[in-house]
Amino acid sequence: MEEAKACEPRYYEMLEQLQVLDFALVELNLYLDTHPEDLKAIEQFNQLTQERTRLANQFQELYGPLQNFGRAYSKCPWEWNQSPWPWQV
Amino acid sequence: MNSQERVWATYRGPFDPCPPVPFKTYVVPPNQFINFQPPGLPQFPLSEALKAGTLWPALFSPYESKAGKGRV
Amino acid sequence: MWIYEKKLQYPVRVGKCDVRMARYLTEQYGGADGELAAALRYMNQRYAIPDKVIGVLTDISTEEFAHLEMIATMIYKLTKDASVQELEAAGLGPNYAQRDHALFYQNSAGVPWTASYIQAKGDPIADLYEDIAAEEKARATYQWLIDMTDDVDLQDSLKFLREREIIHAIRFKESVQILIEEQGKKRVF
Repeated sequence: MEEAKACEPRYYEMLEQLQVLDFALVELNLYLDTHPEDLKAIEQFNQLTQERTRLANQFQELYGPLQNFGRAYSKCPWEWNQSPWPWQV
Repeated sequence: MNSQERVWATYRGPFDPCPPVPFKTYVVPPNQFINFQPPGLPQFPLSEALKAGTLWPALFSPYESKAGKGRV
Repeated sequence: MWIYEKKLQYPVRVGKCDVRMARYLTEQYGGADGELAAALRYMNQRYAIPDKVIGVLTDISTEEFAHLEMIATMIYKLTKDASVQELEAAGLGPNYAQRDHALFYQNSAGVPWTASYIQAKGDPIADLYEDIAAEEKARATYQWLIDMTDDVDLQDSLKFLREREIIHAIRFKESVQILIEEQGKKRVF
């Protein structure tokens, strides 16, 4: 199988999809901090969390872990400290 | 000019050394009119929300550079 | 505990080589109303505030660290390949003399960040009003930075950050309302 590489077009597409979902989750999270009884917003939050988890797993399968300290699996060699870092892409 | 912009004129002194600026502006963002966000506000489609920096059009505040847009 | 996520909150693109903007953007890196000051201010206020608003302070502080990384990314991209002459022409000669191309927590005039920029008064209303003011000042700073560049890519990322300040301010205003109406009242909209 061909190795997926950071900085190819698909990397940027998936990264932006993830940024889209994660941004909505940040917005809803802050909103819910001051609106803890808004059931519809909580439902939307939970549903987007599910979508986000699925997409993040796909992304990590291709481009390595998004999080450290046991929040994502690693192949060999150790993937976490491989470039590129967020400010380099 | 957008609806969040306010305009004011500066006082013109008789000895002002520089050519006068006709007016100055400042922005009054939508957070000044909402004390507590009501639930169920219409939302941007999610990809637009990222671009806008907010999920809710009612809280969006446009701002354009005084330097304009350079060549891309 | 904090977990780092290896991605930016919002894409940062820089459309043209303009070392001058790197210097001005430093205002939001280590300036009085910058992202570092915001993140540290809110995180520290958490320990002496009613439980109902701890979540807001924690989450906004955490988001500010993501914004700090975006500003760092802009500065990094704008200065990475700059020659000493280009840095000097942009007013970054003193920075080069001290630290080559390294970033530092200082404002656009080179004044190092200081904890005097932020406060913790231990009074929830006073602290939240400081936070609201901080957000509006950061919004204004972003406006002046947007005014200083015609790079549409840079403008795009800065507009995102400016809008976030507006949202944070409304969450802090709501936090004030929550504390005002605490006395056994149920929220009505």
